[in-house]
Amino acid sequence: MAEMLQETLLDIKDLKTWFKTDDGLVRAVDGVDISLKRGETLGIVGESGCGKTVTARSVLKLIDMPPGRFEGGQILWQGRDLIPLDTAEMDKIRAREIAIVFQEPMTSLNPVYTVGDQIAEVLRQHQNLSRKEAIGAAAEMLKAVHIPNAEKRVHDYPHQFSGGMRQRVMIAMALSCKPKLLIADEPTTALDVTIQAQILELMQEMKERLGMSIMLITHAMGVVAETCQRVVVMYAGKVVEEAPVESLFGDPRHPYTQGLIRSIPRVDRAAEARQRLEAIPGTVPSLLEPPPGCRFASRCKYVTEICTKAMPPLKEVAPGHRVRCVL
Amino acid sequence: MAGSTPVSLSADPPAREALVAKAANRIQFSPGREAWRRFRRHKLAMAGAVVLLAMIGAVLLGPLVWKVPINEIDFSSHLEGPSWAHPLGTDDLGQDILARLLYGGRISLAVGFCAMLVAALIGVTVGAIAGMSRGGVDAMLMWLADLFLSLPQLPLLLLIIYLFRDALTKVLGVEGGIFLMIVLVIGGLRWMQVARLVRAQILSIREKEFIEAARALGASKMRQVVRHILPNALGPVIVAGTIDVAAAIIAESTLSFLGLGFPPDIPTWGRVLFDAKDTIDVAPHWAIFAGAAIFLAVLSINFIGDGLRDAFDPRRVL
Repeated sequence: MAEMLQETLLDIKDLKTWFKTDDGLVRAVDGVDISLKRGETLGIVGESGCGKTVTARSVLKLIDMPPGRFEGGQILWQGRDLIPLDTAEMDKIRAREIAIVFQEPMTSLNPVYTVGDQIAEVLRQHQNLSRKEAIGAAAEMLKAVHIPNAEKRVHDYPHQFSGGMRQRVMIAMALSCKPKLLIADEPTTALDVTIQAQILELMQEMKERLGMSIMLITHAMGVVAETCQRVVVMYAGKVVEEAPVESLFGDPRHPYTQGLIRSIPRVDRAAEARQRLEAIPGTVPSLLEPPPGCRFASRCKYVTEICTKAMPPLKEVAPGHRVRCVL
Repeated sequence: MAGSTPVSLSADPPAREALVAKAANRIQFSPGREAWRRFRRHKLAMAGAVVLLAMIGAVLLGPLVWKVPINEIDFSSHLEGPSWAHPLGTDDLGQDILARLLYGGRISLAVGFCAMLVAALIGVTVGAIAGMSRGGVDAMLMWLADLFLSLPQLPLLLLIIYLFRDALTKVLGVEGGIFLMIVLVIGGLRWMQVARLVRAQILSIREKEFIEAARALGASKMRQVVRHILPNALGPVIVAGTIDVAAAIIAESTLSFLGLGFPPDIPTWGRVLFDAKDTIDVAPHWAIFAGAAIFLAVLSINFIGDGLRDAFDPRRVL
C-alpha cells in the first residue's frame, strides 16, 4: 500500500469545477477521478466541450474564480491537496512541479521579449540565477528541444519563429524548471501533421530524459494510440471509460469510445469500400442542469430505458479497465 | 539528433560551457542598445531629438553665454525688431527677448517634463490597478477618473493655488514652491487619459494567452503586470506622455497669463507669448519667437514619442 501511494503522483478525486453563468450553473467537470503515476503518459480524450481542458486547468488552478468554482473533490499532488492552497503557494508549484503547454503556440509567447528572456524569466523566478546564467541556461534548453543555432536564436523575438518552433520554445519554457508533470493541452492541434509528429516525439524524448509524467489532452485518437500508456475518455464532464491504451483500442466497451475509434479516418478502408466516415450523431448535451441518467443516452445506439433513469457507476470490467455503462 | 543529448542536459561539460558562454556573450547586444539602433532609423524622431537637445542645451548654457539681463528696462529701445544688439528684438519695456526666452525655457521645459512624469505615474498606477482588479475597485477608480474629467479645471486651479501658494512658497521659496505646485496641479489634473488608456490596454492584454502562460509558470500578479502586461501597453502611453508634455507647457502658459503661475518677472514661454499678444500688430516678432519656441519644443517631443513607440515595439521591422 505504501508503495502504491508513493507511485501515484497526481490523484484527482471526485473533482467538480462548475461555472456560474447568467443562464445557470454549468457543470463543466462533474465528479472526475483521474490518477497519474510517476513516469506515465496519460491521455485524456473527448470532443470539444467535454471538460478536458477545464480538468487540466483545475489541476494548476488556472480557472478564473468567479465565474468558476470548485464545488467539491480533491486534487492530491503527491498526497497534498492543492485546492485549499493560495496563489503564492500555487506559484511555487507551477513550473517547478507541474508545468503546462497550451494549444496556441502563436500567441502564448510575449511579443515584446526575446525567447531567451522569457525562458530566463521563468528560471529566475524559481531559481537564484544571474541574468547571464539564466540566458545561458535558456540557450541550453533551446538546444535540448532541438532548435538549431540555439545560442543565436535565444536572442530572437517570438515573431521570428514558426509555429512548430514556437511550440518547441513553449516546451523548453515549461520544462526549464524540470517539473515532475507536464500537462499538454492539445499541444499539436494548431500545427500541421509533420510538425505534430516532431513535437510528440520531442515530448516523448524529454519525458524520458527528465523522468517526468505527461498528461496529454487531445481529441485526436491517433495521437493517443501513439504516445500514451493509459487513456481516460471524457464525455460531458464525466469520465466514461478508463483503460490501458491496448485494451482501449482492442476492446472499447463504452459506445462513445467505440464511436470515437470508428470515426478515425482510415486511408486503407475508405479506398476499398467507398465508405463514408462514420460519425457520432448529435452534439454534446448542455451541461446546464443535465438530466439524470447517462449523459450519452441521447446519442447512444444501444440506449435502453434504464440508461435515462440513473447515472451508471464506473465499474471495472478488466484489470485497469473501467467503464461507465450498463452494458 | 534525438537522444544524443544526455539525461542531465550536462554530461558533456566542455560543449555545454561553450554554448552557455556563446549565448551569454551576446548579451552586450542589450534591449536598450537595440532600441537605440531602431530609434536612429526613425528620421523625424532623430531630427526631433536633435532639435530638443539643442533647445535644452540652449536654455541650460545660453544664459551663461548671452549675459544680457532679463529684467533690464530700456524704453529707448522698446519693441525693436531683431538686430545685432538684440538678435530676437525687444519687448514693450525694451527687455531683450532672447535672454528672456533662454531663461524662461528652463522653467517651461522643466514644468512640461515633470508634469508629464507626474501624470504618467499616477495614470499608469491607477490604470493598472483598475485594469487588474475586477468589479468594485475598477468601477470606483473609473468613477474617480470621470469625476476629475468633469471638474471645471480653471476654478479648481484657482482654489488650489489660493489655498496652498503661500504655505508652499514659505517652505520652498517663490520659484521652488510655485514650480512644485504647478507641476503637481497640472500633472494631477491630466492623469485621467493615461489611466483610461492603460486600463483599456490591460483589459485586452491580460486575456492574451501569453499572460495565462506566464501565470501557469508561476508568475505572481505583480510580476504579470510589471513584466508582461505593461511593456505591451507602453506604446500608446509613450505617445500620450509626449502629448502631455506639450499640453503641460501650454497649461503653464495659461496659468502664468492668469497671474496664477509664476510672477510676471519670471518670463516663461507662455508668459512671454501672452505679454506679446497686445502688440502683435506692431511688433509681430515678439509673439512669433515665443510661439516658435513652444511650437518647436512640442513638435519635436511628439516626433520623439513616435520614434520611441516604434523603437520599443520589436514586432515592427526597422
